[in-house]
Amino acid sequence: MSDRIIAEINEIKEKIDITHLVCPMTFVKAKATIEELELGEILEIRLNDGEPVQNVPRSLKEDGQKVLKLKDNLDGTYTLYVRKDSE
Amino acid sequence: MALTDDQLQRYSRHIILKEIGVKGQKRLLNSSVLIIGAGGLGAPVGLYLAAAGIGKIGIADADDVDLSNLQRQVIHSTADIGKAKVSSAKESMLAINPEIEVDTYHDFVSASNILDMIRKYDFIIDGTDNFPAKFLINDACVLAEKPFSHAGIIRFKGQLMTYAPGKSPCYRCVFKTPPPPDAVPTCKQAGVIGAMGGVIGSLQAMEAVKYLTGIGDLLTGYLLTYDALKMEFRKIKLPFDKDCAVCGEHPAILSPIDYEQAVCAI
Repeated sequence: MSDRIIAEINEIKEKIDITHLVCPMTFVKAKATIEELELGEILEIRLNDGEPVQNVPRSLKEDGQKVLKLKDNLDGTYTLYVRKDSE
Repeated sequence: MALTDDQLQRYSRHIILKEIGVKGQKRLLNSSVLIIGAGGLGAPVGLYLAAAGIGKIGIADADDVDLSNLQRQVIHSTADIGKAKVSSAKESMLAINPEIEVDTYHDFVSASNILDMIRKYDFIIDGTDNFPAKFLINDACVLAEKPFSHAGIIRFKGQLMTYAPGKSPCYRCVFKTPPPPDAVPTCKQAGVIGAMGGVIGSLQAMEAVKYLTGIGDLLTGYLLTYDALKMEFRKIKLPFDKDCAVCGEHPAILSPIDYEQAVCAI
């Protein structure tokens, strides 16, 4: 991971936890939160292993957002860092 | 204002759509639509627009629910017979979505009330069953610069077109003047297959949602016709009429007109 991305991730605008949600509300909540951000701002998302980690990053990419990093928390959850690149 | 978790859930299938998203859903929540006629067309339009979360829906109709309406007017139920259609429609819409606002107009639209009625709404639905009302709605929407969806259904056929002020021909560009009273049967005399209101009314609701969210291409400058027996849709290009009496270069109609209505249609 480049220094630039690390620097960016240090400037997280908002954090959400979607581990209590199921498809499609996982993506809906992530998408709705990103829509409230400004372009270039970063969202940190805690999400479950399995369906959420397979689908949420992919759907956000399809929406034009930039997935910066996906970190395995080794407790059945992941932390996803997404930068808003698209309105 | 951010949507609540309940709103995110209620409208999730909209929000997931790239073309709608939270922004588009908020637009719908802040929009208003007037449905003129709570009958075969107005019924599905009202149900879908209420479900879609259109923030304010107006519904105008002078009639009461009759047993013979229930074969197609799916917003009313058997228990509603005898109630004002607008009250029955309001109850059904609020039962689907209690977070919207519904205004009722228990009245026929006329030259004297239509401009005041349409002024408060972003988009107008013509769900009426007679030519005088259709020309009245067209002229009022042209004069007030309001977009609207025209539709008509009879027997196994239906048609619709969308008008956007300054951007498309109007209903009168195409149809000029109403036919003489009783020259064309109303659906009371001719009959209409129940699902026709569902097909055409749902397309009207779709046009309203597209207009309000600003997505896609509208049915402006085209008439879409549907023949259920032949299972044929046709999309017919409509020209502007520069001599149109209401939207042409030298309009003769400067205020709404009440045409005589066939007795049986009243």
